[in-house]
Formats: sequence, C-alpha cells, structure tokens
Amino acid sequence: MASTRERPLSPHLSIWRWGPNMAASIFHRASGVALSIGGLAVLTWWLLAVARGQEAYLDFARLAGSPIGLIVLIGLTWAFFQHLLSGIRHLVMDTGANFELNANKRSAILTFVGSVVLTLAVWIYIFGVGA
Amino acid sequence: MSLGDSATPLGKVRGLGSAREGGEHWITERVTSIALLLLGVWLIASLLFLPKLDRQTIIEWLRAPSAAVPMALLIVVGFRHALDGMKVVVDDYVHEPGRNFAWNTFFLFLAVGGGALALYALATICFGGVA
Repeated sequence: MASTRERPLSPHLSIWRWGPNMAASIFHRASGVALSIGGLAVLTWWLLAVARGQEAYLDFARLAGSPIGLIVLIGLTWAFFQHLLSGIRHLVMDTGANFELNANKRSAILTFVGSVVLTLAVWIYIFGVGA
Repeated sequence: MSLGDSATPLGKVRGLGSAREGGEHWITERVTSIALLLLGVWLIASLLFLPKLDRQTIIEWLRAPSAAVPMALLIVVGFRHALDGMKVVVDDYVHEPGRNFAWNTFFLFLAVGGGALALYALATICFGGVA
C-alpha cells in the first residue's frame, strides 16, 4: 500500500484541519465553558444586584451598558445560541442520525448561521427599542 | 430503567457501557440540556418582552410565580448542567488522578456555591421585602 500522504491517526488539536464539523465541536465546548463561567456569573451578579438595592443595581446597569459590558453580553448571547443549536444537533446525533458526511457538515454550518442570525436579531431588537 | 442505572439489559449481558458511573452522568447532561433549552429561551424572551429593565420592573416580574419558579429552575438546572459539562472538560484534559480530583472538586464547590448564592438572591427578591 503506497499511500505517501501522512494521515492523522488519532484526534489531536494540532493536526486537525479546520472544517465546519470540528469547528462546531470545539465551539460547542468553548461556548459551554463561557456560559458555565461567564453566563452564570452574570446571572448571579444581576440577581444579587436586584436584591441588594437601587445603588447596586445602577452599578450593575452602568457596567452592563459600558462598551466592555456590551461586548461580554453580546458574546454571551452568541455563546448561548451557538451552544443551544449545536446542542440540538448533538441530541439528534445521539439518536444515531445525521452522520452522513454532507448532512452532518451542512448541519454544522447551520448552527453557526443560526447563532449569528439569532444574536443579531436579539441585539437589533434591543437597540431598536432603545433600552 | 432509572437514571441511576442507565445500562440497557443487552448492554449488561454483553458487558458494554461505562465501567463506573458514567452512564448516569451522560443521561443527566442530556436531560438537563432539554430543560435548559426551554428555560434559556424563556429567560431571553422574557427579558426582551419586559417593558423596561429597571430594578422595579425586574422585582415585580420576579415576584410573580410565573417568573420566580422558572428562574429557580433555571438556576438549579443551569448550575447542574454547567457542573456536568465542566466535568467532561476536566476529565478530557486533566488525567493525573490527584489534579483531576482537585479540579472537579473546585468546580463542584463553585457550582454549588454559585447556585446557592443565586437562589439566595432570588429568595431575597421574592420574600425579603426589598423595595
């Protein structure tokens, strides 16, 4: 057997070629970690600020409305939708379906398209209402 | 077939599946993901449909059972799903038993502590007479 091309034998981050499928996989993990740490921290902080009083709430609102705060919130919104859509894709794959290469690749691309569209829709709505 | 014994009868006969308790963890992660699909969309939709996001509006909203109950569920299920997800990440990357135990214990404490803090904040808003 004269196959001269070197083929990767086991999964390793440094020898994966970028593609929709592996991107969906790694972004599922990254967005999950971002939501676990950042998302739950913001949720808890927000509830605490409401509980503690007007001053604490205004401090939170000021920080949330600052450029860095908005970047974090928009980022978490995207992480939420990416993890949600990618999670649905994983639930489908858990049933043994969607392993046909083209369909699998197409569904991976769809998670990215969907998460960007939903994030844009949410934030265009927020800025449109002028909250 | 309970959550605690997730091996199928056929899998048991053939000796397939997790050698330890992984089956329960795997099922729990997926069941909580379905719950969070509903609760996460509920939170984002609720925030978008609130007329304003000032403190008084949030307090009135969260004091109604229709928001307090899903919020409590979101906190409990959200921190549980985050803990289960972080365990997968830790187990994938930290193989030495001592360090693996240390990281998993750290995230266990973080999730239980964070969840308790968020529930305390919610309870204060609902029952603490904050104004």
